Amino acid sequence: MLNSVGLQNPGIDAFIEKELPHLLQCDTVILANFAGSTAEECAEVAAKLDQTDVHMLELNISCPNVKQGGAAFGTSCQAAAQVTAAVRKATKKPLCVKLSPNVTSITEIAKAVEAEGADAVSLINTLLGMRIDLRTRRPILHNNMGGFSGAAVFPVAVRMVWQVANAVSIPVIGMGGVMTGEDAAELMMAGASAVQVGTAIVQDPYAPLRILDELNEWLDANGIASAAELTGTVQPW
Amino acid sequence: MKEDKYRELLTYPIVSMEQLTSAAWSMVISCPEIAQKAQPGQFVNLLPDGNFTLRRPMAGTLRIVFEVRGKGTAALSQLRAGDKVNMLAPLGHGFTLPASDQRVILIGGGIGTPPMLPLAEFFGRNAVVISGFRNAESAILQEDFAETGAKTILCTDDGSAGIHGLVTVPLAEEIAAEKPALICACGPLPMLRAVAALAHDSGIFCQVSLEERMGCGIGACLVCACRTKDQNGDEQYSHVCKNGPVFDAEEVLW
Repeated sequence: MLNSVGLQNPGIDAFIEKELPHLLQCDTVILANFAGSTAEECAEVAAKLDQTDVHMLELNISCPNVKQGGAAFGTSCQAAAQVTAAVRKATKKPLCVKLSPNVTSITEIAKAVEAEGADAVSLINTLLGMRIDLRTRRPILHNNMGGFSGAAVFPVAVRMVWQVANAVSIPVIGMGGVMTGEDAAELMMAGASAVQVGTAIVQDPYAPLRILDELNEWLDANGIASAAELTGTVQPW
Repeated sequence: MKEDKYRELLTYPIVSMEQLTSAAWSMVISCPEIAQKAQPGQFVNLLPDGNFTLRRPMAGTLRIVFEVRGKGTAALSQLRAGDKVNMLAPLGHGFTLPASDQRVILIGGGIGTPPMLPLAEFFGRNAVVISGFRNAESAILQEDFAETGAKTILCTDDGSAGIHGLVTVPLAEEIAAEKPALICACGPLPMLRAVAALAHDSGIFCQVSLEERMGCGIGACLVCACRTKDQNGDEQYSHVCKNGPVFDAEEVLW
């Protein structure tokens, strides 16, 4: 899937007032993904989320579809460290930083945010992609380029989760093209402590439930008591 | 891999499949619990078999009338009675209707015409259905509309059937003859814009069904944003799949 949705949202105040109460009624852990156009703005949003009942914060420094903030923070170690440090000061809640794959070395960025107090990193955000309509010779996205996700990016996610898990000592949340329970198991073997699912839900709203069922079946079939036992157990050549 | 119980929840049998024109098809899906809930103007998301990431949004009733436009609709056109289809429905919000004894004018343009059929069935002889097509070959559902008892007016761009010209010409005449309580329209954006302008000038309540490229169809992916006005006239973004596809024409920023 190729998208250029960007970070469409009603703003932090409207989110806390209108959307969060409903989410808090769901019996699950809430990880609030947020972004800002400057480090100060990110810290301001984090401070507001800190006063709510969300369980974890996920700082997005990797959206490819916005001009300011977003990937601008996530593609330089210095900027990633700076924004993480500012946000760290604004919240005591567990802080995860979501990383971009569109960098020379994702492990360097991961180490930079770990050094500034991130409690976890999540990866990968979408890869930069582009398609052209042959008839009009126009890019199909009005932003020309967009975020590429889905099953096709899964091998990139496995590789980067493996590299980052070997480079940092904080937990890694893995994502990127997870479509089945076996994909989730594979990402955990690569080093992920938890797995997120995105694009699969666009096709099938039941995808997370199905993937969870499939993961549990796979664990049962292989005599593994808990998914946590999988984390980082890949045996590299 | 064992049967996917969650996917099974969304799978329904096709009871008939009929080709209407070289490009247009009519598919009837058996889904009693959805059919009971569905309102005119709502839509469904169909997932063709094969390597498709996104569902195809479809307007209309659970008789799905669609035109082959791309790979997804081409795959759907290969399905036959007895096949099963994976469907998410009903989605969005449909037309808000006055009592059926009110005079209404229903406007359909091309493949935007099918959603007008359940409305014509509801209003019967109190409805005037004006539908516009490129030419006689692409005109669909004219017999179905006639059976509802509604007055039907056909327009074609090339004059090969019915009135030679745009739907707005007979629309203006029908408004002048007797002001309707409501105008409903679905079709290409320029047509909707023209219909909304006529309705606005005549002070008639008008609802339009908008189309936008969709990802999920349930208000999650936020791809189908459109600009609208809130109650105070302030600009805002709405989403066609969740806030629409049917909007009060006065809300839409044309």
